[in-house]
Amino acid sequence: MSLIDTLVRTARRRSPWLYHLNAGSCNGCDIELVACLTPRYDVEQLGIRLESSPRHADIVVISGPVTRTTCEALQTVYAQVPDPKVVVALGSCPASGNVFAGSPTIVGPLERVIPVDVYVPGCPPRPDAMIAGIAEAVAILAGDKPRPVPTDVPVVPDATETGVRS
Amino acid sequence: MTLSSALVRLLIFPGLLYAFAAAWLMEWLYRKVVARAQRRIGPPFYQPFFDFVKLLAKKPVTRPALQGFIMTALPLAAVAASLGTISLLPVLQDRGGFPGDLVLLVSLIELVPLCFVLAGFVSRSLFGGIGAAREAVLTLSYNVPFLIALFALVIGAGGFSIASVASTPTWAVRVPALLALLMTLPVKLHLNPFSAADAEQEIYAGALTEYDGPRLALWKLTHVLEWVALTGLWTVLAFPLPGAAAPVRALLFVAVSFLLVVLLAIVSAATARLKTAQIARFYWMWGLGVAVIALIAALIGV
Repeated sequence: MSLIDTLVRTARRRSPWLYHLNAGSCNGCDIELVACLTPRYDVEQLGIRLESSPRHADIVVISGPVTRTTCEALQTVYAQVPDPKVVVALGSCPASGNVFAGSPTIVGPLERVIPVDVYVPGCPPRPDAMIAGIAEAVAILAGDKPRPVPTDVPVVPDATETGVRS
Repeated sequence: MTLSSALVRLLIFPGLLYAFAAAWLMEWLYRKVVARAQRRIGPPFYQPFFDFVKLLAKKPVTRPALQGFIMTALPLAAVAASLGTISLLPVLQDRGGFPGDLVLLVSLIELVPLCFVLAGFVSRSLFGGIGAAREAVLTLSYNVPFLIALFALVIGAGGFSIASVASTPTWAVRVPALLALLMTLPVKLHLNPFSAADAEQEIYAGALTEYDGPRLALWKLTHVLEWVALTGLWTVLAFPLPGAAAPVRALLFVAVSFLLVVLLAIVSAATARLKTAQIARFYWMWGLGVAVIALIAALIGV
């Protein structure tokens, strides 16, 4: 492995920038993610920053059961993040739909809309679990860990064409 | 001045080597002081360097050729202008050489906000446009006291050489002029309470919303090089130290620059963001008032 390659991988391990997207979440996971930035957890020690533009991000953190109205926005934002990128699904909602499963207003689970790399289960998950999930995402980002094999869930190809956007 | 000493000044101190090292250390110091003020631990000292490398290694999204070219050329010009400012600071001017021309330095300093405003508009993002418009309005407000304070020093000194501008004017001119220059530092560096231009979260990332990967890395680099350039300019003007030995001058230059960073970081951590109109009013009332006192003192020759 060349020197530059090692440097880039170290940099990716040390400086993951997050972009947080609420896909119909109840705000429970969102405030727990913000708790990671507070003095008690202080993720800036690990180089983690919450960025305000998807163009700046390495890791997209998505909470919520993916409602019909957020489906198109999710695909747009995911396409706006420059490579390499990793998606973290925050909480039980994007993984399974949680209490909203079977509702006609949701499109989820999230992997129907965009590929998901890391799941952090919980309703809401503790900040410790979120930091562990982000650490796993960082390992995928730096190439220390392979990406999970995509499941055979039917995928929504384009939200505007399929009419899932109400 | 020999060729070797010119090269040392351009490449080592206060040129390229010092500029990059100080820029990243200043960003770290700023983030660390803000973190400590919020009772957090804050990032390790190598954080800005790894942020830069990571951004450089990202694959930029594809753009139309012309837009991609302009969006790369603008941050490159801004990096070049701020590096030029730092290299031309007359820190060691006692040993002969470039005496420092204020007109050249100010034009290089003003090139960066100009590129920033253009960069916001060419990105064709709504939030980039808002950030750029705010920066343009703020440029008009803070440059009035900034330039009047420099005019006062120039009139007091009777010339544009930084060495004479820094040491010749009387204290009645220098104290209000330096105070007015100090007041413009936080807004030029986009710090609280004057951070309306790149108001993070409020208008996404302001003018830089659409910049990704290497282009964003260049903008982040410009921003931290501006820290070195502007704190350096203030230090050179405030502590001319005629007759001091070169190592003393260099050490004092570095120490005062970093102390200014700590001061700005504390102000930034302790305050909340003002609206654009409030910032403009602040600089046209208080900044202009202090600068005009310096100008009057210089004109009547106190």
